[in-house]
Amino acid sequence: MRKPKALGLVSGGLDSTLALLIVRDLLGCEVRAIHFYTGFCITESQRRRGIAGKDGKVKPNEALAAGARLGIEVEMIDISDQGYLDVIANPKYGYGANANPCIDCRIDMFVRARQILEEWGGDFVFTGEVLGQRPKSQRRSTLWVIERDSGLQGRLLRPLSAKLLPPTQAEIEGLIDREKLFAISGRSRKEQMALAEKFGLTEYPQPAGGCCYLTDEAFARKFFDILDHRPERRIERDEIPLLATGRHFRISPAVKLIVSRTEGENFQLRRYTDGRYLVQARDVPGPLALVEGEPTWEEMVLISRIVGRYGKGRDRAKLVVVWEKEGGKDELVIDPRIEDSAIDEYRI
Amino acid sequence: MRPHVDRVVDTSGTYCPVPIIETAKAAREEGPGKTLLVIATDPGIEADLPVWCQGTKNELLGIEREGGRYLCYVRLVAKP
Repeated sequence: MRKPKALGLVSGGLDSTLALLIVRDLLGCEVRAIHFYTGFCITESQRRRGIAGKDGKVKPNEALAAGARLGIEVEMIDISDQGYLDVIANPKYGYGANANPCIDCRIDMFVRARQILEEWGGDFVFTGEVLGQRPKSQRRSTLWVIERDSGLQGRLLRPLSAKLLPPTQAEIEGLIDREKLFAISGRSRKEQMALAEKFGLTEYPQPAGGCCYLTDEAFARKFFDILDHRPERRIERDEIPLLATGRHFRISPAVKLIVSRTEGENFQLRRYTDGRYLVQARDVPGPLALVEGEPTWEEMVLISRIVGRYGKGRDRAKLVVVWEKEGGKDELVIDPRIEDSAIDEYRI
Repeated sequence: MRPHVDRVVDTSGTYCPVPIIETAKAAREEGPGKTLLVIATDPGIEADLPVWCQGTKNELLGIEREGGRYLCYVRLVAKP
């Protein structure tokens, strides 16, 4: 009998690592592992800002690390394109608790996986999804919707929960043995940890409950602020890294301010000055800030005071704040001694 | 002494995973026996490239820091 070809979606977490081991080592399939990069990964964003682990080292990408542990290449595929951003700005199945359109996001990923599967000539796609583990995207009815809408009916195997789900085509045709699959469900990870031990898997990331910025409340506020202040529901690619950077203030419907919090964020903000004002205090150390839109004179004064308030010159009576955009430069002299209560109403 | 390089993959200015995506693409195109010089400015390359090499069974000859750049030498061993 021919060796089945299976395409695995690997995050690098425990569940997808186990799924890969089951499909490769228990079912004996030829496995191709892929990882979709969405641009919303918290860990990846922290790595970009140079945030290190407890040992002082920047951690490797979890999917690549899982590939290293299992001796298999994990192909990185960047899906943070406008098509993906349009999906998350206009989700057919709505959002979870925050800005997480998990069902639509999964469907988009699985459509892409189906295309790769078909080009490769594979038999099925597999994931580490566990029935009932996540409230929105891993309910029985939702798993079915994702499978249907992605065009993967009968070709989507969830090895950890497979015995609780209808058999896939590969199982029906006898390409893979259903008896070797599992019946895990729910949020507890005990069974997965026991299974990891059986596989001799000692190293894996601790279950974190998702590392996606879209599930983060503060990030979601900033995300919806953008969508709420533009005529069409659209978010641009270069806005995503900024959503995870700095303090955000909505000064008016057309003007937004982002103030850095750290040296790393200063570096980050400098990369996104195209079409935006770069604002910072002169003569004293302090944060960098970006301003989107065309502020009025009063708004420029307010913004300059906010920027001044977060710098070393916050207690001075007078502070010079420099505004730069596309080669032009302006300086404003302001009083940075502004009360937090006066700032809070603008905070996103 | 720096190794002989068959192909330079300059990923300067991009963030991970782009340097890894570009490295993997070059590896597929070049095949075994060749040596890649991957230039990156994202510090994440120091963490990602060793595990990528381990997973793909290619050989990381070394990573050299030159100012804000990382010069990474990879000998391709694995068949694409």
